[in-house]
Amino acid sequence: MLLTIRSLTKTFPGTLALDDVRFDLAAGEVHALLGENGAGKSTLIKCLTGAYRPDAGEITLDGAVVAPRSTGEAQELGIGTVYQEVNLLPNLTVAQNLCFGREPRRFGLVSSRGMKAMAEGMLDGYGLDIDVSRDLGTYSVAIQQIVAIARAVALSGKVLILDEPTASLDAREVEMLFDVVRGLRAQGLGIVFVSHFLDQVFDLSDRVTVLRNGRHIVTEDIAALDRVRLIEHMLGHALEDEVEARNAGHVEARRPPMLHFEGMARRGVIEGFDLEVGQGEVVGLAGLLGSGRTESAELLFGLRAATAGTARDQEGPLTLDSPRAAIRAGFGFAPEDRKTDGIVADLSVRENIALALQARRGWARPIPRAEQQRLAEMYIERLDIRTSDAEKAVGDLSGGNQQKVVLARWLAMNPRFLILDEPTRGIDVGAHAEILRLIHQLTDEGMSVLLISSELDELIAVSDRVIVVRDRRHVAELTGAGISTETIVHAIAQHARKDGEAA
Amino acid sequence: MQTLRRLAPQIVTLLAVCLLVTLFFPGFLDISMSGGRLVGPVIDILKRSAPVALLAIGMTLVIATRGIDLSVGTVIAICGAVAAWAIAGGMGLWAAVALAIGAGLLAGLWNGVLVAVIGIQPIVATLILMTAGRGIAQLITEGRILTFTDPGFAWFGSGTLFGMPVPAVIWIVTGVVMAQLMRRTALGLLVEAIGINRRASALAGVNALVLLIAVYMASGLCAALAGIITAADIRGADANNAGLWLELDAILAVVIGGNSLLGGRFSIAAALLGALIIQTIDTGILLAGFPSEYNLVIKAGLVVIILVLQSPRLATEWYFWRRSVREGPPPATTKEHAR
Repeated sequence: MLLTIRSLTKTFPGTLALDDVRFDLAAGEVHALLGENGAGKSTLIKCLTGAYRPDAGEITLDGAVVAPRSTGEAQELGIGTVYQEVNLLPNLTVAQNLCFGREPRRFGLVSSRGMKAMAEGMLDGYGLDIDVSRDLGTYSVAIQQIVAIARAVALSGKVLILDEPTASLDAREVEMLFDVVRGLRAQGLGIVFVSHFLDQVFDLSDRVTVLRNGRHIVTEDIAALDRVRLIEHMLGHALEDEVEARNAGHVEARRPPMLHFEGMARRGVIEGFDLEVGQGEVVGLAGLLGSGRTESAELLFGLRAATAGTARDQEGPLTLDSPRAAIRAGFGFAPEDRKTDGIVADLSVRENIALALQARRGWARPIPRAEQQRLAEMYIERLDIRTSDAEKAVGDLSGGNQQKVVLARWLAMNPRFLILDEPTRGIDVGAHAEILRLIHQLTDEGMSVLLISSELDELIAVSDRVIVVRDRRHVAELTGAGISTETIVHAIAQHARKDGEAA
Repeated sequence: MQTLRRLAPQIVTLLAVCLLVTLFFPGFLDISMSGGRLVGPVIDILKRSAPVALLAIGMTLVIATRGIDLSVGTVIAICGAVAAWAIAGGMGLWAAVALAIGAGLLAGLWNGVLVAVIGIQPIVATLILMTAGRGIAQLITEGRILTFTDPGFAWFGSGTLFGMPVPAVIWIVTGVVMAQLMRRTALGLLVEAIGINRRASALAGVNALVLLIAVYMASGLCAALAGIITAADIRGADANNAGLWLELDAILAVVIGGNSLLGGRFSIAAALLGALIIQTIDTGILLAGFPSEYNLVIKAGLVVIILVLQSPRLATEWYFWRRSVREGPPPATTKEHAR
């Protein structure tokens, strides 16, 4: 074995993050590391890369016991890591990024010609045909990701840890990245692959290790596992919920109309579209990244002012020129990027949940502390937010729980129309099913939902109606039995080639 | 209880500085009653810390929104000049006070609009007024030191209320009112929210624009009060020297108060303790009888020591060092919370 971990234990105040965990990695294998958020994946990786020092246990690399104290030391030992968010400097050139810290020198000065040659040498074999003297930031995330891998491999060269490398890539880019990873596997590197996308795990991995609640659950060859059993290992219970969610929906019921949007448009952002939303209806918005999905939602929520179009409900016209106006109209919006647009990281769970409600009441009428506490506890229980208590800073929670806090913030407002932009991105299977179930529950109570999602399964499972967006235009509307993976893909695909190029 | 724990480092520091000064100057803590007013070094410190303490109140709020207000020192000069001009022009006491406060609010509005509406970085936006402000003050005083002899106005600088110097009463009352305003209403929460994540707060319906402007206006108001006190104290407006470099002392007070320059969680009380610490050092050095040329160096040295002792990093290292000493060599110490 290239890398062996035995009885690794790591505690944080109040939690046992890793409990007697073992893990093996052979040279020339891709070993997937799976588990829900909070299962201990990140902690394990951070112990490997020297960001954390374990309380107990042994890490053996190439037969020698190692205890990296910093990422730099881990790199020297041969353990390199590539993270979901590329950890390089987008404002430097590709070559500068690759050679950073060990630039070739001539007469004591950095030799740009030498650097270029060195960078091209490093990228050799990755199937990239790029100009290394251009700024890294001008390339797509996939290429940046591959550059990061090339750098990590050149620096370390034994173990490569890929932590959610595909989260912001489209299908074509994922394939490109996987070709690179397979090439490295053939060269004899040991690769640890962390991902929430089970398809990709089955596609790429040789073996799988599942962690749950800081414990080692199972290590098996991928061939010996099927999807359902893998999910069972991760969740610890069978996936009845998700199955139930898939079978519901598609009841062709006439919903009393509630909101009418006509000709909503903004030049250069989205072409005019009409939208009707019925009470208790889930409208799905499908399309590729950059097709105008998020932009449609931003227009409806007043985040970008519409240059044309009207909005009205049963009582009369609505103004939607700012988020505050949209909130007054009874709208809510859980944005796609919850870290930058959703949570207020340093504030507590309680304060985050109370924030929108407080903003609507105005500063002069504070929500009494006891009432805030009651709200927080109610939603922590109702949405099953995993936190030690309501006073914990939201930034310390895992992604799925942060998403639930953002949802709780809007539910506390009791909106009539809730816009959810990628509510389940980057969160684990358990929380995923819970959020879909919650959408059902809310619409049963009469709330209307606009759901934007890249996961067609999810859209199909919960939507009453799906609108397909392409090239900044709403191009198709599917209802009832007409909603299926094939029909959506077909509608997207009519010009998909062009979209794909643009994305 | 929670408040006390938050303020503990500042209280301990203040006590330590007082103790240090007492070692050099045994009469430091003496307070006596003389002619209906309290006198003594401590009372003097309470009085002299008024300008920095007032600025620190406004600065705390601005810094909580992830901003900074470099203009407050010159706003002191402007407001002092406005007040002196009004008094000298025979407009009367309250008109002078009202005009000075109006000037401070206007300065804050200017800064707030530059930051919130136009989107200039706070350090640059307030730098504009910091540089231009002294010029404005000089225009008001027509380049002279504008003096006046209104005993009513001078009361703000040297008068006594309930046995206490009026400047001390003003900053303590302002501090209490402002802190209560922040914590009894939702303002504190909303200010912290926009300081931590303005975009997310705006999406949640927080009126970040208005709040930001209001915060800079609060800072201008505090500077106006400090300007009135400064002008009243010397019975005149010195456009060149009033409030000179005080913005830096105010920022230092906020930082000694443990408030992060990156915005978010704030404590006005802690910043006020910071202002007291700075003034105690200033006065203490003089009382201890060091030659005046040593003042700034000693002050800088003490501030460095205070900031190093307060750094959270040092606390963590100390914790692990102690633990490792107690338990012998551990299997592995941790550097957690590395975020």
